[in-house]
Amino acid sequence: MSTRDLFTFSNRHFTIGVGITAAILVVTAIAGFVVLPFAQPWVRFANVWDAICSAAGVAQRAANVTTPDQPKRLSEVVLTSRTLSRPSQEAIGRGATLAQRCAICHGPTGISRADSPNLAGQYAAVIYKELHDFRSGARANAVMSPFAVNLTDEEIADLSNYYAYLPRLPAYHPTPQLPKPNIVIYGAPMRGIAPCGSCHGSLDNKTGSPWLEGQSEAYMKAQLQAFASSERRNDISQQMRNIARAMTSQEIEAAAAYYASQPPDIVKAVD
Amino acid sequence: MLVNRKLILAHFWLAFAVFGIALTLGAWQMFIRSPIGTWLSNPELYYRSLTAHGTVMGYVFPTLVAMGFGYAISESALEQRLIGVRWAWTGFWLIVIGSVMAVIPIALGRASVLYTFYPPLIGNLFYYLGVVLVVVGSWIWVALMSINLRVWRKAHPGAAVPLAMFANVAGSYLWAWTAVGAALELLLQIIPVAAGLKNTIDAGLARVFFSWTLHAIVYFWLMPTYIAYYTIVPRAIGGRVYSDTMARISFILFLVVAMPIGMHHTFADPQVGAGFKFIHSAFTALVALPTLLTVFTICASVEIAARLRGGRGLFGWIGALPWDNPMMLALAFSFIMLGFGGAGGLINMSYQLDASIHNTQWITGHFHLIFGGAIVIMYFAIAYDLWPHLTGRELIDIRLIRTQLWLWFIGMIVTTFPWHWVGILGMPRRMAYFDFGDPAIAPQALSVTFSAIGGFVLLASGIMFIVILARGMRAPQIDAGAYRFALAVHQPTTVPVALNTHALWVALMIALTITNYGYPILNLATTAGTSVPAVYVGAQ
Repeated sequence: MSTRDLFTFSNRHFTIGVGITAAILVVTAIAGFVVLPFAQPWVRFANVWDAICSAAGVAQRAANVTTPDQPKRLSEVVLTSRTLSRPSQEAIGRGATLAQRCAICHGPTGISRADSPNLAGQYAAVIYKELHDFRSGARANAVMSPFAVNLTDEEIADLSNYYAYLPRLPAYHPTPQLPKPNIVIYGAPMRGIAPCGSCHGSLDNKTGSPWLEGQSEAYMKAQLQAFASSERRNDISQQMRNIARAMTSQEIEAAAAYYASQPPDIVKAVD
Repeated sequence: MLVNRKLILAHFWLAFAVFGIALTLGAWQMFIRSPIGTWLSNPELYYRSLTAHGTVMGYVFPTLVAMGFGYAISESALEQRLIGVRWAWTGFWLIVIGSVMAVIPIALGRASVLYTFYPPLIGNLFYYLGVVLVVVGSWIWVALMSINLRVWRKAHPGAAVPLAMFANVAGSYLWAWTAVGAALELLLQIIPVAAGLKNTIDAGLARVFFSWTLHAIVYFWLMPTYIAYYTIVPRAIGGRVYSDTMARISFILFLVVAMPIGMHHTFADPQVGAGFKFIHSAFTALVALPTLLTVFTICASVEIAARLRGGRGLFGWIGALPWDNPMMLALAFSFIMLGFGGAGGLINMSYQLDASIHNTQWITGHFHLIFGGAIVIMYFAIAYDLWPHLTGRELIDIRLIRTQLWLWFIGMIVTTFPWHWVGILGMPRRMAYFDFGDPAIAPQALSVTFSAIGGFVLLASGIMFIVILARGMRAPQIDAGAYRFALAVHQPTTVPVALNTHALWVALMIALTITNYGYPILNLATTAGTSVPAVYVGAQ
């Protein structure tokens, strides 16, 4: 018998091989697409075709699903690779002029004396996002919101680039460096808390997360509490709220005290 | 007739060298996340190591073993010089270049995506290009195996293809087709994103493409082991293959049913329809068939050897087996691990049972027991058996070889059994760190500690293996004679064309891929709004 005769029904091996394979396929298909869908009493199908489509994974519109109300605005910031890339000297200069009005709280060199965040050398993406959120109302603060509400997109980008350009200076009242607490380097795996350091520096940094070294302890503590109580809600997909809710008050204090005690010049250079 | 010994040795040495490195990384990983290690405080280093371990053990090491062994089979079973030696060296060097290209971004922390790629995670472009080169290099081997068999057939019209070569070519075809899934994932989904042409990826579709490769690749790893079961072990212990036909049927069954089953890896994936999951589950159950056929045939072949040595009685013959022969020892260990691993596999492929162990350490335990245990221990046996024929020198230290095999067996059991256990207790896999001080998981600390100790036993055994082979390069010269494969009780004179060629079974393999993967892939590819933003590893 030559290879040519292989694919004919007179070849016993061909007939048996193909027959058994096809039979198994047909039987399993009937079981998987018809019998088993109807064996689920909690699912109702209009007809057999409906059951087959469902088992095949055809995307179907879910009936009677109402979107939950969103009483407050969510963050709508979109960051692309071009948004903040390679700022010109003019843009940074414009940002410096605009920053005059920020200096009263955030300090003339971007280092605050008033428990506001230190902005000198903060990642541009972070400042960009927060200013947008203040402007849109996704984040609200009696002092900050009025400043942000009239800023244009270009002004926000310029301010972000200006502060990112400034050198990272020590905090106004530096304190002795504390050792890393567990919450910063280990998180709390059993409560679903990733280590603070895996996004905010110390271990790794993720886009959109600020570095925290040398920031005001009172400010960081207040923000964690605001996330925990859902008073602050401009974190995308509740990333920070889920973490802050699961943190104990001791952990909040330890994390805030640790980051406040670190010199900002240990932040990994990213630019 | 082993002519191109240098080529085969180069494949084996590269395979075992990278195996040694990856094994060391594996032992370190076991240690660092166990209660006896001090936490590094940097999960990224762990994932870096894990990516290197998986990429080497999954793509580079078994592929090189299959290739080297394949060339050896082609020359010795067909008694014909290898055709396309230059191409074979090209394939080898492609793998060398690809491996180096992939390892550099991993070492720099730019490709900590694990060997299963996990989109939407995206690593450095050169990592993926390196993997592509490794696969392309191995496809050269696939082509060469096919060409060598074709030339032999022309010279021997109508003759039965030697079993070892028949199985070897079946394995190469299986690899050629199973690698297509990952190749499609890389070329259509991942590489455009890694190269910066796109910034979103259809992670669900990418996972389906990968499942095409992910399960059948295991049977590609398994092929050299099964070839050794059928064609080396009976000869080495003085027996005969019980049935040549049964062996051929096992290999063609692997070809047909190894492919359309990968979706049992996506049981928890919402983008795959439940009907397809069921079909894949049913076909996965069928894969047990060639394995059970093999276990039966090999036990019968071994019994023949025992009875020829004077074994009597229903079970009395077992004592008459040559237990001091490393090949016998390796076979027994491999079967025990295959038995436990296979039983675990039946649980993984059952939709409801899988739900309780999905993504837990059970899975890690399972594939280490099957691949690291049942399969790799036979890779050792293949190397020991081939070495004198490749080097022209004797492996003198049989005792050391036996100790090495024992240690590998014990190490693998001590590593994987507690792994399965903590998986049942719910310990997740792919975690860099566990806080064993937490009362919720404190009871698992002892099991994990045992597991880590097992890892070091494996490392010791792996080092011994490399030392034995290295010493074998300097041992006194001998004439090892021609390399021969086991004979069957009834040596085939004529074989039906269906069992002497692969065409019918390759056609069935492709047809089943189309029926079982065609619609889900088409459906996902044409559904709008299924892409998600890529997550770039190491990006700020």
